[in-house]
Amino acid sequence: MDRRFFLRGTALLGCSAAAHPFLSTVTLAGADGGHPLGNHRLVVIILRGAMDGLDVLQPLGDPMFASFRPTLAGAGATDLDGYFALHARLGALMPLWQAGELAFAHAVSTPYRDKRSHFDGQDMLEAGTGMDVPIGDARDGWLNRLLQAVPGMRAETAYALGGEAVPLLAGVAPSRTWTPDTALEMSSQNRLLLEAIYHDDPLFQGASVEAMDLAAGMRAEAVAAPTPGPDPARLAEIDTLVDFAASRLIEDTRIAAFSQNGWDTHRGQVAGIGRSLTRLERTILRLKEKLGPVWDTTTVLAMTEFGRTVRENGTKGTDHGTGGLMLMAGGAVRGGKVYGRWPGLAEADLYDQRDLMPTGDVRAYAAWAMAAAYGLDRRMLETSVFPGLDLGDDPRFML
Amino acid sequence: MAADPATIAFRFGYGLPHVSGAATDAAGMLALLSEPDDIAGRHKGVGFAAALPLLTEMQEARRAQRNDPVEKSRYKAAVGASDTAALAGAQAGFARVLDNPDGFRERLVRFWANHFSVSAKNRQEVLLPGTLIEDAIRPHLTGRFTDMLQAVTLHPAMLIYLDQVLSVGPGSKTGQKRDRGLNENLARELIELHTLGVNAGYSQDDVRQMAELLTGLTVDFPRGFVFEQRRAEPGAETVLGISYGGEGVEPILAALDGLAMRPETAGHIARKLVVHFVSDTPDDALVAHVRAAYLKTGGDLMAVYAALLDHPAAWGSDAAKARQPFEFIVSSLRALGVTGDALMQGGERPFRRFIVAPMQVMGQPMQGPPGPDGWPEDMTAWINPAGLAARINWAMDVPARLLPDLPDPRDLAMGALGSRASERLLWAVARAETLREGVGLVLASAEFNRR
Repeated sequence: MDRRFFLRGTALLGCSAAAHPFLSTVTLAGADGGHPLGNHRLVVIILRGAMDGLDVLQPLGDPMFASFRPTLAGAGATDLDGYFALHARLGALMPLWQAGELAFAHAVSTPYRDKRSHFDGQDMLEAGTGMDVPIGDARDGWLNRLLQAVPGMRAETAYALGGEAVPLLAGVAPSRTWTPDTALEMSSQNRLLLEAIYHDDPLFQGASVEAMDLAAGMRAEAVAAPTPGPDPARLAEIDTLVDFAASRLIEDTRIAAFSQNGWDTHRGQVAGIGRSLTRLERTILRLKEKLGPVWDTTTVLAMTEFGRTVRENGTKGTDHGTGGLMLMAGGAVRGGKVYGRWPGLAEADLYDQRDLMPTGDVRAYAAWAMAAAYGLDRRMLETSVFPGLDLGDDPRFML
Repeated sequence: MAADPATIAFRFGYGLPHVSGAATDAAGMLALLSEPDDIAGRHKGVGFAAALPLLTEMQEARRAQRNDPVEKSRYKAAVGASDTAALAGAQAGFARVLDNPDGFRERLVRFWANHFSVSAKNRQEVLLPGTLIEDAIRPHLTGRFTDMLQAVTLHPAMLIYLDQVLSVGPGSKTGQKRDRGLNENLARELIELHTLGVNAGYSQDDVRQMAELLTGLTVDFPRGFVFEQRRAEPGAETVLGISYGGEGVEPILAALDGLAMRPETAGHIARKLVVHFVSDTPDDALVAHVRAAYLKTGGDLMAVYAALLDHPAAWGSDAAKARQPFEFIVSSLRALGVTGDALMQGGERPFRRFIVAPMQVMGQPMQGPPGPDGWPEDMTAWINPAGLAARINWAMDVPARLLPDLPDPRDLAMGALGSRASERLLWAVARAETLREGVGLVLASAEFNRR
């Protein structure tokens, strides 16, 4: 099929891990009329697989760091502030750092602790709940709860082949369906009959309207094998997704969410994380380019389910950890700074003697971004969007 | 238990019409299952022993081409041979399902292969997922869970997939001399996914100790599976309160047996079985019944399956699950009368074009699921606009390309759906403008895609 995106409503995409492996989706939210959220744009990127924050933003100033990371530390990282250095494969983001459009929050995490399961960790990140809600019980995501709290907002999800689904916006907020102007190859009689046979089955009926449009655009034997070729980081796929999201954000869309995987670097991390960082770098640079002046009022938040072990493991990689890293970018961000309280890497400072100690809640950063961008009040954020969260002090990372 | 034939076929098999010799009640299903796995000999897959020379050649050719460009063609040939063998193995997997009167066995094979998911992460690994099924899943399908768990955990495919081949005890000879150490990947998934389940009360320390215990398990080319004492962490390890000491694989097997016997494992397996076969929101009494059978028999899988089949909640009338893409395609071929022999005789090209590629578009590519947690069970993961579109397309297009003559769609509806064909579907099928579209309507229908 061609690589254009097809939109659908968000009639419950299913909670989390139910991801279509070769289908990239981007979820969008906007309003039909007026702009209840104002002019700010929020782009949320879920980094699946647990990004190693200590490799991306290396605490070279910490005396312990090099000893924990014999093959990973240093290696072309660019100094940011005399203490932290940026991984070489994000090097092209340095102009953003210098322009104050790139920031990080270190040692952040969700409230998820101890089991270090990707699948539960991602559920919690997207649900935005605390440990008091059984994992998997939250049927909607935090962005969706934001939409429910703001009258007039609608969400929709767009598909293209090549990635994973994001349930951040899954839930019960009103949805709008957009039908692509594809010429139907199916006879109209056949289409009517399909409508008839799905009529009494809500699940099939709900999926079938857009399915028939999609079916007209794809061929049954279409091959979309992701074979490693001259583009191992699959940047063309990134470009398609970003261009589509940007084209919508320039118009009425205010929030876009999508995910990128490939962060589970148990072995040979230098190559593995390098590829994923190249994709993330491309995503951010392309967003800036395509958004043009809209970039000035945009906040990009890239977050992951948890961090990785402070010590390199025995196979030149890292295992599942706790405290992680969040990346913020965009013209609306007060960049050029590393936020968060650095816990240090001395033995006694580690979580469980192995992980970076989390000192901040990734949800609080997301909440403060929404407070600044959309003028949402603290009480609403603490009760409706992230029930039970204590926002703490404003880190003031938004302009 | 009064089991109606359509429920047996849909919920516990690959649909209607029955293959000659199929069971008509639960007792018959169990009787078939207790017989030898004859179909595996009729359509042969590729076990690790058969794959090993191909994998070894690929490794050697790869090494050789680094120094000598002339060897490039040798490597290319080796990769091609591996691709061809893997494809033939996958094709045999389809043929088995098409011809086997014991549909329940084939469903269980897929269930366990998914429980112990192994995917090919690159072109060099395409043979691996199939070898696990041949060597560790099918032979242990009706034995004790602990035997399957041990066979899977020590199998080269799993050791490679979850990085165990790289893990070295930090205090071992190799670890000391070459400054290498642990990789927790297999140890974690073994506890979280394969046995206790993520909600059980284990700690990071249990994962760590298990990782230390597993060191020494590795794969060598051309020898295959080996236990290397010089990579094994010295001393005993304590997992979930039990200390496992000694040399070689014995303490590892003992620890796996310990995990298999845990009540949390019984509950985890019971729930997964019920969710897979019956409902995403399983009946608690049914889960408890299956779990009890597991605990009472120490994980005797025949007893576990029998418990699943003898509870009334397993025979409710709701078709509350979606056929996954593999099931959809196999069931379609079966309904259209395609036999395993015919599929095998068709050769590689149509298999690639009409089965392998569409499976990918439907969201279930042949190389395996994206992570070790396997394919999702939730209906909405499969019946969404993109997934349904791919099914509609296949249903409307592929049968006419595969078969010289299409069946009368009304007959197909009755044959493939029996009592499940709705009035509305029969009404619509009779109004299709072409045979091709009539057949497509039957296969794309909700009745056909639910089980």
